[in-house]
Amino acid sequence: MATAGAKATEPGAVTDAAPAPRADGRRRRIRAWGLAASVVLLVVAVVLSLALGTRAIPLPDVLAALFTTAPGDPLQVIVRDLRVPRTLIGIAVGLALGLAGTLMQGVTRNPLADPGILGVNAGASLLVVIAIAVFGVTAPLGFIWFAFAGAAAAAALVYGIGALGRDGATPVKLAIAGTAITAAATSVVTLLLITDIETLSAYRFWQVGSLAGRGVDILTVLWPFIAVGALLALLLTRDLNLLAFGDDVARGLGHNAALTRALAGVSVVLLCGTATAIAGPIVFVGLVIPHIARAITGPDYRWIFAFSLVLGPVLVLLADVLGRLVVAPSELEVGLVVAAVGAPVMIALVRRVRLGSL
Amino acid sequence: MSTATSARQQAPVGQVRAGIARRAVVTTVVLSLLLAAVVTTAVATGAYPLSPDRLILTLLGQGEAREAFVLFRLRLPSIVLGLLVGAAFGIAGALFQTLLRNPLASPDIIGISGGASVASAFGILILGVSGAILSLLSFAGAIVVAAAIALLSARGGISGYRFVLIGVGFAFVAQAAIGYLTTRGDVREASQALVWIVGGLGGAEWEDNLVVALALAALFTLTAVVAPRLRMLQLGDDTAASLGIRVERTRLTILVVAVALTAVATAYAGPVAFVAFVSAPIARRIVGGGRLSLIPSALVGAIVVLVADLVGGNLLPGAAVPAGIVTGIIGAPYLLWLLATADRGRQTP
Repeated sequence: MATAGAKATEPGAVTDAAPAPRADGRRRRIRAWGLAASVVLLVVAVVLSLALGTRAIPLPDVLAALFTTAPGDPLQVIVRDLRVPRTLIGIAVGLALGLAGTLMQGVTRNPLADPGILGVNAGASLLVVIAIAVFGVTAPLGFIWFAFAGAAAAAALVYGIGALGRDGATPVKLAIAGTAITAAATSVVTLLLITDIETLSAYRFWQVGSLAGRGVDILTVLWPFIAVGALLALLLTRDLNLLAFGDDVARGLGHNAALTRALAGVSVVLLCGTATAIAGPIVFVGLVIPHIARAITGPDYRWIFAFSLVLGPVLVLLADVLGRLVVAPSELEVGLVVAAVGAPVMIALVRRVRLGSL
Repeated sequence: MSTATSARQQAPVGQVRAGIARRAVVTTVVLSLLLAAVVTTAVATGAYPLSPDRLILTLLGQGEAREAFVLFRLRLPSIVLGLLVGAAFGIAGALFQTLLRNPLASPDIIGISGGASVASAFGILILGVSGAILSLLSFAGAIVVAAAIALLSARGGISGYRFVLIGVGFAFVAQAAIGYLTTRGDVREASQALVWIVGGLGGAEWEDNLVVALALAALFTLTAVVAPRLRMLQLGDDTAASLGIRVERTRLTILVVAVALTAVATAYAGPVAFVAFVSAPIARRIVGGGRLSLIPSALVGAIVVLVADLVGGNLLPGAAVPAGIVTGIIGAPYLLWLLATADRGRQTP
């Protein structure tokens, strides 16, 4: 972990993530400088995303394309029509997934919470396949409402079933419910795919998770959802700090845990549903970002959210840039790169931190 | 359950033990009868139904050539494969879940089946292989992922949670890799690869079954040898150690057996989703008493696979649905039901 102090308070063990009343000076310095460094990293990632690709574009030309118009210049067309939308979409998706993961881990007190593990991606995928197979939708803009509905239904189902019984939504029950929903949805998806080859050929390119080939028009339709979801998430940070003490303590302090969970659920569905609708199911961003943020800041959710907000886009943009470079002139989809980069991070985290029991 | 509890309060320990043992025997007999019924149904029904008298005549070698072909070349190979891999998945799941003390620890969730799937998707879509080489690739994929998880999670002994979490990481990567592989190459081949990845009993051959049977016979024997030590491990590491068990070595042995069971079954039938995951909890539910129930788990596994294959054969007109899809669709709601009805304090499935 970042500091010896962080090790003692077990940042990975979400169960005991009670915020220290006053951070010591060192922790405060780390937070401030860390956040500044993260913002610089984001700027670098944005510049790289605008400049690099099958055709590398020098920085002056990138700036020229952004701030002046020279009609017909092919470089400017590449920057304005391809790279700018792609970068904006990367920022939106990274932000949404990073925040959603943080919110999920905080609310469920589960270090493994992630849109992939809790079945949200699978729900979205199922309805997208149905959209293709039954309703003949083929354009990404047409998938959106289906992905949205699927994500919402899966989240509600997983949480509803996980919360049954007297002991409520324990992390183990949520994880098992998510796994079960994922398995069922995946089976139906596979059934539809192997019986209908045209559906497969449309679906297989959506399901890897990619930022390419989406226009700004998707963002102009969907940004309000991300904005509302993000705002809601940020309003809940104080409540998450209280929830970290456990439901009983939170209730004793006059806090309405059920309301927090419900609002968090709405926010997660807005964020994950939109991100999945835009880019396809991308795993690991929601899992890894909160862990990295927590490793830097310690257990205070106000800081974890601030870092997630910046680091989510950094991860997605850098993964996308990497995917454009490694197999140039072809490219790897961002979902694949994130998985390849995220898995070692997750494994390193699991090895270093004693994770609170699931 | 409530009658058993009250009996336990009144009866002396010896009687209770006898009661539990009796229940285990009764359960095993009932499950065996159920399995026999499923096998009979699978033998007799299908696109070409065989009436009981024709079935017996054909089995005795006095049927028509067509009936003999349907029975001996089409149905029996699949059924035998289903029995073998179902039992293997059931036992593997029970071993994993008991050893790692975690209901999520089943090969399909911790990425071991995923490793096999990636290897076979790579084999089909990139290398263009089939048959025995494909099985070998799939086997290797499962073993490599299991070894990687074990190495990465070993830090002063195999810890259950670390193993499962790292396994879940591998499962994610496997999923992404399969997604990537299906976007490359011809869509028809991608469809074939999906069928293989899901897993089922289609295309079973006697020669393959012989290999599976020999490998599994060895592994089942090994399981029977190590099972008593696993029961002692269930008492807790310290207690087991004081009973003279070498805890870490025993763990490793059991893990290797469980991985090998999964890898062999997956190599020939594919990772039939959820069978390893649900068989042991179902068996434990039926037997009761929180015991490690390997034979009931194996029986439940075989029943689940064969029933899934039967249902899949009749689900859609014209096309056989792989058993792996049916187990996923049926298994998940069952698991959710277990979750919703589990009593507080009792072990979660």
